[in-house]
Amino acid sequence: MFKGLIGKKIGMTQIFDDAGVAVPVTIIEAGPCYVTQIRRPENDGYSAVQLGYGEVKPKRLTGGELGHLKRSGLNLPPLRFLREFRAKNPDVKEGETVTVEAFAVGERVDVVGTSKGKGFQGGVKRYGFRGGPKTHGQSDRHRAPGSRSSGTTPGRVFKGSRGPGHMGNERVTAQHLKVVLVDAERNLIGVCGAVPGPRGGLVIIKEARKQ
Amino acid sequence: MDDILKSVEAPVNPNIPELKTGDTVSVHVKIKEGNRERIQEFKGTVLYIHNNGNNSTFTVRRIASNGIGVERTFLFRSPRIDRVVVERHSRVRRSRLYFLRDRTGKSARLKQKFN
Repeated sequence: MFKGLIGKKIGMTQIFDDAGVAVPVTIIEAGPCYVTQIRRPENDGYSAVQLGYGEVKPKRLTGGELGHLKRSGLNLPPLRFLREFRAKNPDVKEGETVTVEAFAVGERVDVVGTSKGKGFQGGVKRYGFRGGPKTHGQSDRHRAPGSRSSGTTPGRVFKGSRGPGHMGNERVTAQHLKVVLVDAERNLIGVCGAVPGPRGGLVIIKEARKQ
Repeated sequence: MDDILKSVEAPVNPNIPELKTGDTVSVHVKIKEGNRERIQEFKGTVLYIHNNGNNSTFTVRRIASNGIGVERTFLFRSPRIDRVVVERHSRVRRSRLYFLRDRTGKSARLKQKFN
């Protein structure tokens, strides 16, 4: 069965499971999502399901976007977000809706989000460099990155070397999170543990890659 | 968004009365042993109350049989707490009774408050 949802991170709290143990949980308001397009190998070269989420006023979308949602045989509301989910032989049709009921309590899911932007950060925060010694006459070396490379050979810094730079605001996947709460009435789904991104951020829920 | 979070959080456990630091309380905790469930009593002094909405806790200190202090922290909303009985109020002048940890015997007593 096809499983995938687009949603909005609401925030974290803790709830109690059946055994009375407090579980950290992230609440996500997900769906209802509409199947806006099925990608097929014969047409598109790959197979995937395109979902849409987030109803908006029609004037918020361009004519092309509206046309995509209102093409022949389809009459979907104006949707702000469209995302594709890879799926072989999906069992959904264009125009159908997917809700949180696709997922059951106890199942494992991956949640994709955009991490909070941290700006330009040093090596200590960004990659866990240890910095310099704190004592023994050190000055200005406490959070220094140290040596970046070897000496005359190769005489340059290898591409991709870790160092200071922009941190955060990138796509991050939290893998293998347990579903602990499904509320079909209010389109809420709760997963155990943290999820990337700020509150209100867009997240994608998929079946766990590592079952 | 806060309203949504509040709505999924557990309701306040109705079997826990209002507690104050210094109260002598007996906490009845449900304990699962295999399939059987029994109730264990933990009796001691409320050392401090941590008010944090859904995550509010209270910590109870008791002196175990061999004179070793044992502290246990309970969640106010935990469904595992069967009930809490307040047996005695004490006159205390601070909200966190950490000084009790350094005291034993007679000096660790608190004056009873009647109301």
